[in-house]
Amino acid sequence: MSSLTSNDARFVEPEGARNYITHDYGALSWLLTKDHKRIAILYLISITALFMLGGFFAVVMRIELLTPEGDLLTSDTYNKFFTLHGIVMIFFFLIPSIPAVLGNFLLPLMLGAKDLAFPKINLLSWYLYIIAAVMGLYIIITGGVDTGWTFYTPFSTQYSNTHVFGVTFAAFIVGFSSILTGLNFLVTIHRMRAPGLTWFRLPLFVWAMYATSIVQLLATPVLAITLVMLMFERVVHVGIFDPALGGDPLLFQHMFWFYSHPAVYIMILPAMGVASEVVAAFTRKKIFGYSFVAYSSLAIAFLGFLVWAHHMFVAGISVYSAMIFSFLSYFVAVPSAIKVFNWTATLYRGSVALLTPMLYILGFIGLFTIGGVTGLFLAAIGLDVHVTDTYFVVAHFHYIMVGGAVMAYMAGLHYWWPKITGRMYPEWWARLAALLIFAGFNLTFFPQFILGYLGMPRRYHAYAPEFQVLNVMSTAGASVLAVGYALPLCYLIWSLWYGRPAGPNPWGAVGLEWTTSSPPPMENFHETPVVTWDAYDYPAMLKAMGETQNV
Amino acid sequence: MMLSEFPLWPDQASTIAPSVDALMTFMCIVTGTVSVLIFIVIFYLAIKYRRTPENQLAQDYEPPKALEAVWIIIPFLIFMFMFVWGSWLYFRIQRVPDNALDIYATAKQWMWKFQHPGGQREINTLHVPVGRPIRITMASEDVIHSLYFPAFRVKCDVLPNRYKEMWFQATKTGRFHIFCAEYCGTLHSGMTGWVEVMEPADYQKWLAGGAEGSLASQGEKLFQKYACNTCHTNDATGRGPVLLGLYGTNVMLNNDTTVVADENYIRESILNPQAKIVKGFTGIMPTFQGQVSEDDLLKLVSYVHSLGTQKTAVVPVETPSSFKTSAGSPLNPGAGSSPQNKGKKP
Repeated sequence: MSSLTSNDARFVEPEGARNYITHDYGALSWLLTKDHKRIAILYLISITALFMLGGFFAVVMRIELLTPEGDLLTSDTYNKFFTLHGIVMIFFFLIPSIPAVLGNFLLPLMLGAKDLAFPKINLLSWYLYIIAAVMGLYIIITGGVDTGWTFYTPFSTQYSNTHVFGVTFAAFIVGFSSILTGLNFLVTIHRMRAPGLTWFRLPLFVWAMYATSIVQLLATPVLAITLVMLMFERVVHVGIFDPALGGDPLLFQHMFWFYSHPAVYIMILPAMGVASEVVAAFTRKKIFGYSFVAYSSLAIAFLGFLVWAHHMFVAGISVYSAMIFSFLSYFVAVPSAIKVFNWTATLYRGSVALLTPMLYILGFIGLFTIGGVTGLFLAAIGLDVHVTDTYFVVAHFHYIMVGGAVMAYMAGLHYWWPKITGRMYPEWWARLAALLIFAGFNLTFFPQFILGYLGMPRRYHAYAPEFQVLNVMSTAGASVLAVGYALPLCYLIWSLWYGRPAGPNPWGAVGLEWTTSSPPPMENFHETPVVTWDAYDYPAMLKAMGETQNV
Repeated sequence: MMLSEFPLWPDQASTIAPSVDALMTFMCIVTGTVSVLIFIVIFYLAIKYRRTPENQLAQDYEPPKALEAVWIIIPFLIFMFMFVWGSWLYFRIQRVPDNALDIYATAKQWMWKFQHPGGQREINTLHVPVGRPIRITMASEDVIHSLYFPAFRVKCDVLPNRYKEMWFQATKTGRFHIFCAEYCGTLHSGMTGWVEVMEPADYQKWLAGGAEGSLASQGEKLFQKYACNTCHTNDATGRGPVLLGLYGTNVMLNNDTTVVADENYIRESILNPQAKIVKGFTGIMPTFQGQVSEDDLLKLVSYVHSLGTQKTAVVPVETPSSFKTSAGSPLNPGAGSSPQNKGKKP
């Protein structure tokens, strides 16, 4: 195993040198760390635990839906399960996943910096996350909540007898974790780039994180305000949303989706950033249309704020505002399409290595494309009247959230695993898991498009018998998917001890993070790097290094 | 499992359904073709340019930049076509035909209550005639629900603070699902029912059984029970505006704006009389919020609606002086009712 830069004396670690993992020992050295890499590991462990919890809810729901009757769970339990599945997966897994784990770890490395701009705030955001997660767990154990993750009023303020206050308070707190991460990243990207690392030399992952951070910083406070209003109404009966108190329930939906639609982009923009990195590394090419891909991230972040009411086409908005939101929803699809076409074009005349991260990303492009084009169905308002609030929507957003964001997260985790741990994962097991996840995912969610068009509403504990066959297919797929997700958990942990040592740059990739040792030293770089090349300048780099070894 | 128990396409039972299905088919063909093309290109490129000992370095070649313009402009044009088609269909779904038969629905946790103009009431079942537009005016007694007829391809959220309207025209007889599509609590998935589409003759026969007097006539009794008639007299001497001929006209308010007297306006005027005060009157009416149930409210609204159609019975009254200025108000051009009628609205 050799690499492009391992000959360079600056980057070779002396024997026995300490890296960020071996720098200090003991629990406190982790729990009180201000190092972005260690905080990323704390996040990795926490979100993995929460992902398993959210996955547990999903598995039980899928088993319940094997039969049309509601025979495994009571209605109330089922309602709590889909609510908790949504809340845990969105607020505690998807939103922090790529930014807080991979972003935290990689942003300073990609920028040639020693740490993020505000290391203590970074640790604070993890603690806020943990406080919210513990509150959430306490609520789950003491009875849960049944409002759906959308907390629609007046059900949530007046009619639900579950722990609405506690859960909204937990979501409120975890929102601040997200705001602080966004703030930290924005300042870091502006202020801490290495000499010579101009904006248009930045890796596209950094552009994606930049766009994500803007959304986190500007949208999340609206969620906080909305949840505070909801808690006020529930506890002291101030009439804001409840018509019985003189409020308007649709106001809640407008405010909720003003955050929660941009939140979709908090989840998918980082995934697009990972896709750009992986496609470049495994084709050894500069991403085609670099500036288009970079600007499309910003365009998505901006336009994402203008489409919230497309969740409300049958909720009671005027015909003309429905038209405007439909138009804008088509508009926001354009920059996403640009990215898909550019990634595909990058393969042309590349050197395509079908290793695990690339398999995940090719799967990501396919699933994200399906998720994206089914969004076009939902944006067609006349068609949306039929399919909204059905399983068509469930399938659509799982294609984006799981097929898109989670596939990209898995790709990124495998791609940077050697950097994070210094060890290689077992390639064949990893490929098997990637294929299982892809196959299991499609079997789980594709039938749900058909179910939705047939008219099966979402959030149904029991359903009409003619929907059973497709539901059984979906449940079968979910069990494949569960195995697919369990495999990486096993072999990645195994690789910590038994994986092949990775070396600084196992993929022969360009990018500052590959110029330091794996795992990186505490201070990331022994001397501040000076950047004289464009991002993904593979042809020049590879020529300069002469023939590379097999990778 | 028989194939008939395993449908892949829903029943097509309304005038709108074929149009929705046509758009769906178009979307599937266009997006399916594009997606499959993308997958084929990815597969082809990933295999053709796979990394081999001979292909370690990517070729230093970029496709022409003009491609960017191609895949911005062409998708955008396709999207705009989808947008126009979708909006055209949405307008059709939203515009209620003039000759629609009125049905009133009340949603509550966890049942659907339907009332026919003749006073027939049913729960979780709705009988309608085939081939006639049906307009459903509905409100919720508690949380938000959504009335969904998959076979008719229409759905509309039901709100607790105002009336909403939806319509459909069934094209074949039979029994089709009614679902609640907006999560509403414990038995959300049990808030289902059946719509029975019948031949008009059968529908008439069905109507003949079990009526308790029309909705409007039940509303009239309530109108007296709640003593509405002490102020809302049928001449201009009452302390409240005359309700005869009111429905569907434009009403001038004391802030010089106008509002159409539709179901929502009438409902609001009962529950929150201070919200919109008719020009020339003072806000002396008490609120009936919490005193009138959704069912009774529907009956009252239905009664006021019926008064609106009794224009021939209206005794012409002198136009109050305050209205002489408003008759030609720019806010109220050609309001669809004669100046004579305008005088009667307060």
